[in-house]
Amino acid sequence: MSENPNEDKKVIVFQLKDEEYGVEVEQVRSIERVQHITRVPSTPVFVEGVINLRGVVTPIIDLRQRFSIDKADHTETTRVIIVSVGHMDVGLIVDAANDVIDIPGNSIEPPPEVVGGVEADYIRGVAKLDKRLLILLNLEKVLNPKEIEEVQHMEKQV
Amino acid sequence: MLEGNQYLEMFIDESTEHLQAVNDNLLKLENDPSDTIIVDEIFRSAHTLKGMAATMGFDDLASLTHQMENVLDGIRNDRITAGSDLMDVVFQSVDDLEAMVTDIASGGEGKRDVQEIVARLEAIEKGEQPAAQAEKPHEARSSDAGSAMELDDFELTVLRQSSEQGFRAFAVRVELSKDVILKAARVYMVFEVFEQLGEVIKAEPSVEELEDENFELDFQVILITKESAEDIEGKVNKVSEVHAVEVEAMEAVSSQRPEPADSGTEIPEKEERNSAMPEETSAPPVPDSPAAAEKLPEQKEEKTAPASKTIRVNIDRLDSLMNLFEELVIDRGRLEQISKEMENSELTETVEHMSRISGDLQSIILNMRMVPVEQVFNRFPRMVRGLAKELNKKVNLDIIGAETELDRTVIDEIGDPLVHLLRNSIDHGLEMPEERRAAGKEEKGNITLRAYHSGNHVFIEVSDDGAGINRDKVLKKAISSGVVTEENGASLTDKQVYELLFSSGLSTADEISDISGRGVGLDVVKNKIESLGGNAAVDSTPGQGTRFSIQLPLTLSIISVMLVEVQEEIYAVPLSSIIETAIIKKEDIMAAHNQKVIDFRGSVVPLIDMTDFFDVPRVKEEDEYYSIVIVRKGEKMAALVVNSFIGQQEIVLKSLGDYLQQVFAVSGATILGNGQVALIIDCNALIK
Repeated sequence: MSENPNEDKKVIVFQLKDEEYGVEVEQVRSIERVQHITRVPSTPVFVEGVINLRGVVTPIIDLRQRFSIDKADHTETTRVIIVSVGHMDVGLIVDAANDVIDIPGNSIEPPPEVVGGVEADYIRGVAKLDKRLLILLNLEKVLNPKEIEEVQHMEKQV
Repeated sequence: MLEGNQYLEMFIDESTEHLQAVNDNLLKLENDPSDTIIVDEIFRSAHTLKGMAATMGFDDLASLTHQMENVLDGIRNDRITAGSDLMDVVFQSVDDLEAMVTDIASGGEGKRDVQEIVARLEAIEKGEQPAAQAEKPHEARSSDAGSAMELDDFELTVLRQSSEQGFRAFAVRVELSKDVILKAARVYMVFEVFEQLGEVIKAEPSVEELEDENFELDFQVILITKESAEDIEGKVNKVSEVHAVEVEAMEAVSSQRPEPADSGTEIPEKEERNSAMPEETSAPPVPDSPAAAEKLPEQKEEKTAPASKTIRVNIDRLDSLMNLFEELVIDRGRLEQISKEMENSELTETVEHMSRISGDLQSIILNMRMVPVEQVFNRFPRMVRGLAKELNKKVNLDIIGAETELDRTVIDEIGDPLVHLLRNSIDHGLEMPEERRAAGKEEKGNITLRAYHSGNHVFIEVSDDGAGINRDKVLKKAISSGVVTEENGASLTDKQVYELLFSSGLSTADEISDISGRGVGLDVVKNKIESLGGNAAVDSTPGQGTRFSIQLPLTLSIISVMLVEVQEEIYAVPLSSIIETAIIKKEDIMAAHNQKVIDFRGSVVPLIDMTDFFDVPRVKEEDEYYSIVIVRKGEKMAALVVNSFIGQQEIVLKSLGDYLQQVFAVSGATILGNGQVALIIDCNALIK
């Protein structure tokens, strides 16, 4: 979580469509296989539902839909990454969770500027490693509950 | 080495109880100043409190209580009359005492500047009756108790009475040898000997100080016994590391100032002490260990508490018991399902038996967590009295059903909402005495606080016999603050208008007061109650009064539900909101202005198709027959169309997590026997 740019970061790498993303290992509680998800009505489209995670009801969001990437069916490799941000434990559905790597702080660059995009604010930075490009996520922004309200609001207006 | 905290907790609990008793009785006394029995009771509580405070070393607490005791004594002996001014001062001192106890409870030292209030109490004591002067020297003396071998009234009474029963009192001075290692342990052993010989009525330094090794080498006790001085000396000398023992008979006891009034009140305590004695003396000798030394003060504490077979349990322990039990309930559900699938009769029998037992266990655990609402209610009489004075209104508060029990977690939360409602009733509900007279009512307004059980709920009502809610005023206010539009307002029923009071930004008092004003309050009340899974409602009759009623669930953690299937999804409907289930034919459904309705026992009930309502993917074919669950919210009903009923089950309520805080029409989730999550339908949100 440290913002010191020169410090190495250990991140969990996962895949969404063709791109690789990373979340800091400190924020990840566990990686689960997909199990039965109970749909929760009247929630934004990216909220997939809730699961029973060892006795705790845990909300699950589909990261593809959260990032407006076209929906895909769950496969053998699909995983749920349980992340913990503040008081919240939330599961993120990703196409695959590949590995854990260390990335040197100096290889992280600020996110590319997107004109007027909301997308930019949940990207913490981009790490270049050899030939891989890793998008580092700002989970606080990804899981901002205000965003849920805004989305709900927008849906109501439509 | 000793856990002082243990006694501190007990001290706090008991002082709170005694203060509450003092409070209650003072209120009674105010209504009936001539009743000396009540004064006696207050005196007893104050006395015990003083004793406890002094032993625990809370001097300010002790000295204030002591002074209060003197005033009470004056009332008891008809030297002082319990007028309203006097009661104010006494109430204020009780407030001070409460503040000190609260301070102690939160880790403070219970220090507080009590000089002013003590001076006022003294003034009352002196001002009314010069004869009180005569007592002065004695009081000054005994309030110093703790530094010299002085005896207070209670101890004197005990001495006097024991001498009447053939006991003798001795002042025993024990000196330990200089190289003693475990002083407290030796003290304990010496006391053990004393307890076998008779009873120690006073120790100097106090027992607590002795246990904390807060003394040099010698200490002094007053011992009541039938043994001779030589026997005492001999037996105490047998304790190792005792250097010297001096035993001196106290013969002057009977000649001390007799105080007839005392004996009447002190006898019960004295008897309690005696009855506690056999227990102590018959206690098996305890080995010389630090842990054993703890027993002593515990017995001391018991003497002041009435004989009762209850124990105090830390609420955290009950909570963790509850949490563990919740896990068990989930596993029970799972086992039930497995055994149903396996169809093995032995397994089924065992599981059924276990289900029954855990059912019993559940009711016991839930019961353990139940507390009478009295705990919350008992602070209201004082509050109402204070408010009435402040507002120059005359108020009579009736409390009905204080013994009604509610889950502890709910109890902790309802205090503030109730305070709001009471304040609101006194401030806005009741009229000024003149207005009441003009309206042909008694000057004294009545407020009733009533609690009762009904089904799986507890209802608490706050009603007043005031002027009632002024519909026009509320409506005007609601329109001006934008809560409703003028057109809408006109079509609202009276009840709907009254309910507007619960919307934020509405207060009907013309002037803002400190008591309940600024338009915060009722909406907060409603939110709070709803967050507890309850409901708040208001009804009013112009000229006759207003009644606020709140409905609360008995418990928050385990509830009975009906599981239903909506297409292929499973939902839980709380039994508490279900009126009944039914199966109806398609033809029975009627349409009233775009809304499907059915005729249910003579009333028109709107139909809500849960498949549409929750956007459930449609996978099942429509049937000729509809399964419906009739639910209610207050008087209103709705019929939920589901695909099938699964059955009734006890479930553990779980939240959806912080990320999904507010989901429309879903009040929470639960984990089913198959490990999947089912959502609980919030029927209150379904019915507008």
